Amino acid sequence: MATVNAEELGAPVIDINAEEVKKELLSKYPTKVARKRAKQIVVNEVAPDGAVPEIAVNVRTIPGIISQRGCTYAGCKGVVLGPTRDIVNITHGPIGCGFYSWLTRRNQTKPPGPEAHNFMTYCFSTDMQDEQIIFGGEKKLRQAIQEAYDLFHPKAIGLFATCPVGLIGDDVHAVAREMKEKLGDCNVFAFSCEGYKGVSQSAGHHIANNGIFTHVVGLDDTVKEGEFKINMLGEYNIGGDAFEIERLFDDIGVTLISTFSGNSSYEYFANSHTADLNLIMCHRSINYVAEMMETKFGIPWIKVNFIGAGATAKSLRKIAGYFENKELSALVEEVIAREMPAVEKVREEVKANCEGKRAMLFVGGSRAHHYQELFQEIGMETIAAGYEFAHRDDYEGRRVLPSIKVDADSRNIEELHVEPDPERYRPRLAPEGIERLAKAGIELSGYEGMMAEMASGSLIIDDISQFETEKLIEIYRPDIICAGIKEKYAIQKSGVPMKQLHSYDSGGPYAGFKGAINFYREIDRMVNSKVWKYLKAPWQEHPELAAKYVWE
Amino acid sequence: MRKVAIYGKGGIGKSTTTQNTVAGLAEMGRKVMVVGCDPKADSTRLLLGGLAQKSVLDTLREEGEDVDLEDIRRTGFSGVVCVESGGPEPGVGCAGRGIITSINLLEQLGAYADSEHLDYAFYDVLGDVVCGGFAMPIREGKAKEIYIVVSGEMMAMYAANNICKGIVKFAEAGGVRLGGLICNSRNVDNEREMIEALAAKLGTQMIHFIPRENMVQRAEINRKTVIEYDASHPQADEYRTLARKIEANEMHVIPKPMSTDDLEKLLIEYGLAG
Repeated sequence: MATVNAEELGAPVIDINAEEVKKELLSKYPTKVARKRAKQIVVNEVAPDGAVPEIAVNVRTIPGIISQRGCTYAGCKGVVLGPTRDIVNITHGPIGCGFYSWLTRRNQTKPPGPEAHNFMTYCFSTDMQDEQIIFGGEKKLRQAIQEAYDLFHPKAIGLFATCPVGLIGDDVHAVAREMKEKLGDCNVFAFSCEGYKGVSQSAGHHIANNGIFTHVVGLDDTVKEGEFKINMLGEYNIGGDAFEIERLFDDIGVTLISTFSGNSSYEYFANSHTADLNLIMCHRSINYVAEMMETKFGIPWIKVNFIGAGATAKSLRKIAGYFENKELSALVEEVIAREMPAVEKVREEVKANCEGKRAMLFVGGSRAHHYQELFQEIGMETIAAGYEFAHRDDYEGRRVLPSIKVDADSRNIEELHVEPDPERYRPRLAPEGIERLAKAGIELSGYEGMMAEMASGSLIIDDISQFETEKLIEIYRPDIICAGIKEKYAIQKSGVPMKQLHSYDSGGPYAGFKGAINFYREIDRMVNSKVWKYLKAPWQEHPELAAKYVWE
Repeated sequence: MRKVAIYGKGGIGKSTTTQNTVAGLAEMGRKVMVVGCDPKADSTRLLLGGLAQKSVLDTLREEGEDVDLEDIRRTGFSGVVCVESGGPEPGVGCAGRGIITSINLLEQLGAYADSEHLDYAFYDVLGDVVCGGFAMPIREGKAKEIYIVVSGEMMAMYAANNICKGIVKFAEAGGVRLGGLICNSRNVDNEREMIEALAAKLGTQMIHFIPRENMVQRAEINRKTVIEYDASHPQADEYRTLARKIEANEMHVIPKPMSTDDLEKLLIEYGLAG
């Protein structure tokens, strides 16, 4: 760990050459490791046409490197399915997996009434013991399903396989089929999301997408009231983000059919194919469902971002633009005009304190991109960023999709073959409509990725290691770093404020207009705190006793 | 107490050889415990006269934590103590983990304690070393002395060589050593010479050559070891000899496993030479 020098804290470091930094980061690694990491650490350079350098991502972490990454189970159960309130999510495994993935992301939910199901406050696990490992755990899993059903009568039960389940060969899917038939009025489905399956939690997102699409989406054909029906994909209601976004949707008069999966319910998923537009927030974790819904039901998708006031306004306008409706556009403008003064007031105030400060973001598969907007709004620069589990399209934009090499690790995760539904496929847009939208600047199925929006010369680092994080702190002394809980304390110990963007620490919402205000204030509080200069005890600065060794 | 584990390819005759040899040791007045490490739980059938044995894991499952040594031990021919580890049905769970749990429980319950006055503990282990669980008896020094049952058939020799790799892996940490190869003859051409050559290459000995004899099968149908079924039969003497050789054996080595190429060369040399 770098030693902290109070005088150095926050001292501006100018003209650091990113190529030199990259060299220094790699210099300590053995040759083979350095060769691999060299492809994962890239100095950004945005060409006039938006093209960026290639970065090696979504590959195995080198053993021995302290990685930020999580496991496949975490991605499937923890991230994608966890925030749904009325599916009983049973973790099939020893107790730790279930317990430590229970509400740790602070996903919030608001059931429609006191009688409505909300199982998020419960932690369900089969609590496998030695006996189940030796003799197989299917029997205990069946019992757990029956017990959950008898206690709660849920509409759906999801089963999640942990590592040992894959090793001993319990057939979770067979148990799901059997129990679904036996219970009759409860949809039971399983996910083979054993932790070791992918190179990161990304594999778990894909498995969750496949499962929810296969077993739930399209079960309820009821067409709800509403002129502008949308789904919100990849928004997990951390710290209440979804509530703020929903408030805006209500105000502009669009009907939210389903969110995947913040503040959502099983029935919303089942009905989601009746929407006319899918909005994608976190492209990495949910684009699979959007793609499959487009192929099967004809629903187009657009990329949005509700992190940052400017980004929120832009996204609302994009929605109005898609529906090509004047009244909707007028309402959107009205809402933006109503919300912005309060945002601007705080923004100006905070910007005065934060202007010129520098942030680093190493988090998620979209957050490291989205939050740059918020920092920009208060005059802060993102000098280095990277994802934990993203793929090349999240970094370089979807234009590189055809050139992404599918390796053995990716092939290990099932790719569903989806075809247009014979009865329910209904393209929402005619070819002329698509053309018209393109002319109006509304790109369907498009995502430019993070790098195109970052300054040339900034550092892009995939799957950053703890060693590299410490090195960067030493070299740049950034004013704030955003990452997750595993990184938090190591960063703070080196005297740099740290904001968790997986759980928001205890804050939020940060989405939408009100969220932006919250975030400005939070960052102002953190980067301007005087606490960091007390990191060294007085006697470390000015020892009262000094001595020398005789040989000195 | 000497702790001995018997390994070898599936179907090679490990259980039969173990029980017949143990009968020989028991006849010599030695106190022996046989621990069957096979989910089929059939490693002590001949010693117990077919008596259905409740396995350690079944008992653990039914009785919970509260297991007595007497619940899981049976006394068989000539005072031999018999234990079956047991395990899951084929295709479910993890039998390897079962063996680990079972041996740990035996230790906790004091099955190996000095007060038991055991001269030998024999582990009869399922098939090849398929995963970590089946290596349990040679890990952490549960067994110090390994004998591999082998025949002149190619796959049996492959398996023997593989098991030697497992022994090398644990030799340093657990102190396990190879005591020799037991050739359970299948009447293959040049069998004795071939196994002697294999043993030499591995740096060990062929401790005994057991001729093929229908008497073994007859005794088995009657749920008995040969020594119990027909004490005066020449085959009974073969097992007595093996028991004496094991008792006297001082050649405990870390084997030198062969490369697949070398192993095949050896097979061709002896197999075709005949």
